[in-house]
Amino acid sequence: MIAPDWLREDRLPHIYCTGCGNGSVINCTLAAVEEMGWKRDETAFISGIGCSSRAPGYILTDSLHTTHGRALAFATGVKMAKPDVNVVVFTGDGDLAAIGGNHFIHACRRNVDMTVICMNNQIYGMTGGQGSPTTPTGAFSTTTPYGASEPAFDLAELAVAAGANYVARWTSYHVKELTKAITTGMQTPGLAFIEVRTQCPTNFGRHNKLRSIPDMIEYLRGNAMLRAKYDRLVEEGADIPEGTFTVGELVRRRRPAMGVKQ
Amino acid sequence: MSRLEFMQGNAACAEGALAAGCRFFGGYPITPSTEIAETMARRLPKVGGVFISMEDELASIAAVIGAAWTGTRAMTATSGPGFSLMMENIGYAAMTETPCVIVNIQRGGPSTGQPTRAAQGDMLQCRFGSHGDYSTIALTPNSVQEMFDLTVKAFNLADRFRVPTFLMSDEAVGHMRERVTIPDSVDIVPPAPLLEDSLPYEAGEDGIPGFAPFGSGRSVHVTGLTHDERGYPDTTDPEAHDRLVRRLVAKVESARHDIADYEVINPDAERVFVTYGPPSRTVAQVMRDHPDESVGHLRYRVVWPFDESALQEFPDAKVFLMPELNMGQMAREVQRHVDQPVVPISKIGGELHTPAELLQALEAHR
Repeated sequence: MIAPDWLREDRLPHIYCTGCGNGSVINCTLAAVEEMGWKRDETAFISGIGCSSRAPGYILTDSLHTTHGRALAFATGVKMAKPDVNVVVFTGDGDLAAIGGNHFIHACRRNVDMTVICMNNQIYGMTGGQGSPTTPTGAFSTTTPYGASEPAFDLAELAVAAGANYVARWTSYHVKELTKAITTGMQTPGLAFIEVRTQCPTNFGRHNKLRSIPDMIEYLRGNAMLRAKYDRLVEEGADIPEGTFTVGELVRRRRPAMGVKQ
Repeated sequence: MSRLEFMQGNAACAEGALAAGCRFFGGYPITPSTEIAETMARRLPKVGGVFISMEDELASIAAVIGAAWTGTRAMTATSGPGFSLMMENIGYAAMTETPCVIVNIQRGGPSTGQPTRAAQGDMLQCRFGSHGDYSTIALTPNSVQEMFDLTVKAFNLADRFRVPTFLMSDEAVGHMRERVTIPDSVDIVPPAPLLEDSLPYEAGEDGIPGFAPFGSGRSVHVTGLTHDERGYPDTTDPEAHDRLVRRLVAKVESARHDIADYEVINPDAERVFVTYGPPSRTVAQVMRDHPDESVGHLRYRVVWPFDESALQEFPDAKVFLMPELNMGQMAREVQRHVDQPVVPISKIGGELHTPAELLQALEAHR
């Protein structure tokens, strides 16, 4: 359990729906922060727009809730101007992969020393469930009433290709693994990108026969496959079940980084 | 001891920023502003500052706002197309009361327009370009010296009023080369600090809250949502929005006589040129070559907030003549405040007014 003095208790209750996965991600992040021994006055949480991006408003540190898609550009300014500040960015799939896609690849390329946590619920949740760049092909949403016709972005692979020093993917079900990944990301100089597949029963599940909260979590757990197993199956030529996505650490490396605390 | 230099306007702007203590520049190359970024790229690392070339202008202004929240004086420079891209985050800076300086070396628009030609077509955009009600400060230099001096002033005003502040220059002044006096030091007025017993967005009578940059231990929540004095979102209460937005506008508009900076020549004149930026240079030449007591000149160095009381400096004025490098943008503002006719002498296409054109206008209104 995380230390309660990191929460703005006067901001509660929060806006998240019953069964939302974002609370688990915030909890894991604050557990990682505690493990790092970071101080509140030396830490800043930064976000864009969307459900994920409301998170910094509930955390008792300096926090910058910015414009849609631009969180990483704001964070770059904060971290480059003041490397002593520990910077954590909360973002979502719409914020990061759609409107903020250009900032995402350039932040990874620059490898600015910050931890970027994407709550990927595969939908625009705040606006009521429209298809996003990570909505799976065939999935239903208010703007894909006949099933999404576009392929989805693999955000973790994109971060690897763009140059981030640490990349991992887990789900809101895997809280221990997720906490460890966030901690490792925070310890790695450079940009750490952690994609978290989270459940949105209200706006994703509702349209995709995953209306109950346990069904949504089971959907995440059941489709997640450890990278090692996935690679083995591919090597053996075995069939990979439809909807499978890999979880685990994708990369940990030491490319030159910017804005690292001296 | 000051030093005398022969310098380009854009370079003088960069030198003014450095003298004012600017230590962060985020930008994207765009003609005709690029020399500012190039000068900052060369000079900032030598004074312990950060230059970063961002991926676009949306990111440039975002990074500048982020840097400003660490208590660092921060600036970006651009021109029309980039300025348009910055608009959403300029509104964010206004809403979150982030002190920062945005330089616009104006070129011919709309769209890509005339990248290498001078214009003053963004004068209303800098005041009204982002959505919603807010207010900003805009300065208009007409010489290389003023590119230095007004850049320094822009930083002080941005900090004092906690508002995005614009240096609205243009290709002509940006690329002009003139003599500049660079002082050894300049006056730097930092923002008022957030008092111990004040909330982050609680303002006194002047409407300006104290500033607690990141790392100062106040755990400030900064959001573009309508917020209360704690900085917490309050997006449905009509009174919360009314209180906040009216304060954002009033803190600048109510101080307009204080912020005002203008030059008056021949206050008894009947025909009065009203200018800002480079058309004032042509007016000066006309007045030098054709001395005439009945011709006056009011030149604004601060255009926004617009100080209408400056127009009262010419009690005998029968007509106001306004040469602008646009289709009469500020003439509309002036006409709002006077009963006399305001005659736009608009010129677009990239060339400055000639003395002959202004003489012709004077003749027509004799």
